[in-house]
Amino acid sequence: MLIAERKPMEEILEMIEDFERILVLGCKGCVTVCCAGGPREVKTLSTLIRMDRKQKGRKVITLEDSTELQCEPESIKPVLEKMANQYDVVLSMACGAGVQAVAKLFPDQLVLPSLNTNFTGIAEEHGVWTEACLACGDCILGRTAGICPVTRCAKSLLNGPCGGASEGKCEVSKDQPCAWQEIYHALKRLNMLHYLKQKPQVKDWPVHPGRVVREDLREVEAT
Amino acid sequence: MNFRESLESGKFLVTAEVGPGKGTDVEHLLKDADIIKDRVDAVNVTDLQSSVMRLGSMAFSHLLTDMGIDPIFQMTGRDRNRLALQSDLLSAWVLGIRNVLALTGDHPTMGDHPHAKPVFDLDSVSLLEMIGKLNSGYDMAGNELKGAPDFLAGAVVNPGADTEAALELQIIKMKKKIAAGAKFFQTQAVYDIDLFEKFIRRVEGLKVPIIGGVILLKSAGMARFMNKNVAGVFVPMPLIKEMTDTKDKVKKSIEIAASIVKRLKDLCQGVHIMALGWEKMIPAVLDQADI
Repeated sequence: MLIAERKPMEEILEMIEDFERILVLGCKGCVTVCCAGGPREVKTLSTLIRMDRKQKGRKVITLEDSTELQCEPESIKPVLEKMANQYDVVLSMACGAGVQAVAKLFPDQLVLPSLNTNFTGIAEEHGVWTEACLACGDCILGRTAGICPVTRCAKSLLNGPCGGASEGKCEVSKDQPCAWQEIYHALKRLNMLHYLKQKPQVKDWPVHPGRVVREDLREVEAT
Repeated sequence: MNFRESLESGKFLVTAEVGPGKGTDVEHLLKDADIIKDRVDAVNVTDLQSSVMRLGSMAFSHLLTDMGIDPIFQMTGRDRNRLALQSDLLSAWVLGIRNVLALTGDHPTMGDHPHAKPVFDLDSVSLLEMIGKLNSGYDMAGNELKGAPDFLAGAVVNPGADTEAALELQIIKMKKKIAAGAKFFQTQAVYDIDLFEKFIRRVEGLKVPIIGGVILLKSAGMARFMNKNVAGVFVPMPLIKEMTDTKDKVKKSIEIAASIVKRLKDLCQGVHIMALGWEKMIPAVLDQADI
């Protein structure tokens, strides 16, 4: 899932300073799971905004709602149309894709982000997530025992580790295991160490922004 | 004899290293190079060592060729994509540079511009493959070159990898580097000769010359710093104690380095002396080691 964190409160308050009617719009997808922008966080953020305005002696109306998936147009439309004309600005609590999906669907409506989107990752323990997938478009996990060197090696090395690891940790951070040493141990466990001897790889990097076109789905839609 | 001829002759090789500094002042580096000129087969020029922004390796390598020193142009994948790497190699060739050492490179976070975008489009292995391709008259995309280089390419290996996984992976990668065209290896600094000997026994069947690394110890503090911060370098306690106890650090440093060089003579095909500013001590080290 996508991992995100709420922006610092000062930054959010500065962004919404000129507005009185604010729709705080959460998302029930990834950001609910990582406790950054789900219905519960919508409630908290709205409360903090009202408290701030009260302190400053300024008026504010906060509307609270959440889309099922803010990156899906069908999910955004009913929520925003239901409250049309009741707000001046949408303060999105979704990931960057969600904010952009709202902006694209309602081009005359200002949408502000209240989260910073960090990465596609997995939960290590409660409150700790690590980056797991760079969405590079050419998955090699089948050769690396389910551990992605493109993402988990700080240098995205494909042909084995650099010489920088110390006591099994990456030169970039003592909190980060060397991905290649993890791959080594995993392949050894699976009795597949010969996978390490494959022919050297060069990664052909994708061009951004990416675009996926599925003709099979488009044809079904057309009929 | 240039470096390639020395390598092919089978003689015991001596290489040294200079690290260009931050700025355009090269006088002292040229002086250092001049002192060791007649005692070494080649001089490595580092590529933004430790990810610190400095004068470039290509320019300084070229200055060495002007002095009659055969440089080993160090090239990392850290800062340039495949376009820039290939172009720089062609440029290096026309500037008279004949030897390249292919490295992955430290991460930018290790240096003085920690938020620079890391490139690593190619790693040491794919860099070596690309050099082979250029040597054969083609670029990585398969386009024909008008005039091809003929680089002697080398690589590095870290014999002091500190875990079983790290060491096994070093050896697997070393084999990949050889298959990709590495004709010699220079190693991280060796202090623990017994450990180095074990490593040599593992890889001697690969039949590629190995040039063992020697870093001149300047103080006990430097040794402790390296033990803590430099991956693959371990200075054993007795050596640290020798540095602490001595009244003449320079003399002791030369003595320790010479004794390492002497022992490496029986184990590998050369020594790579990293003097880190103490280049003027290199002749004394070589004298004491009977080279």
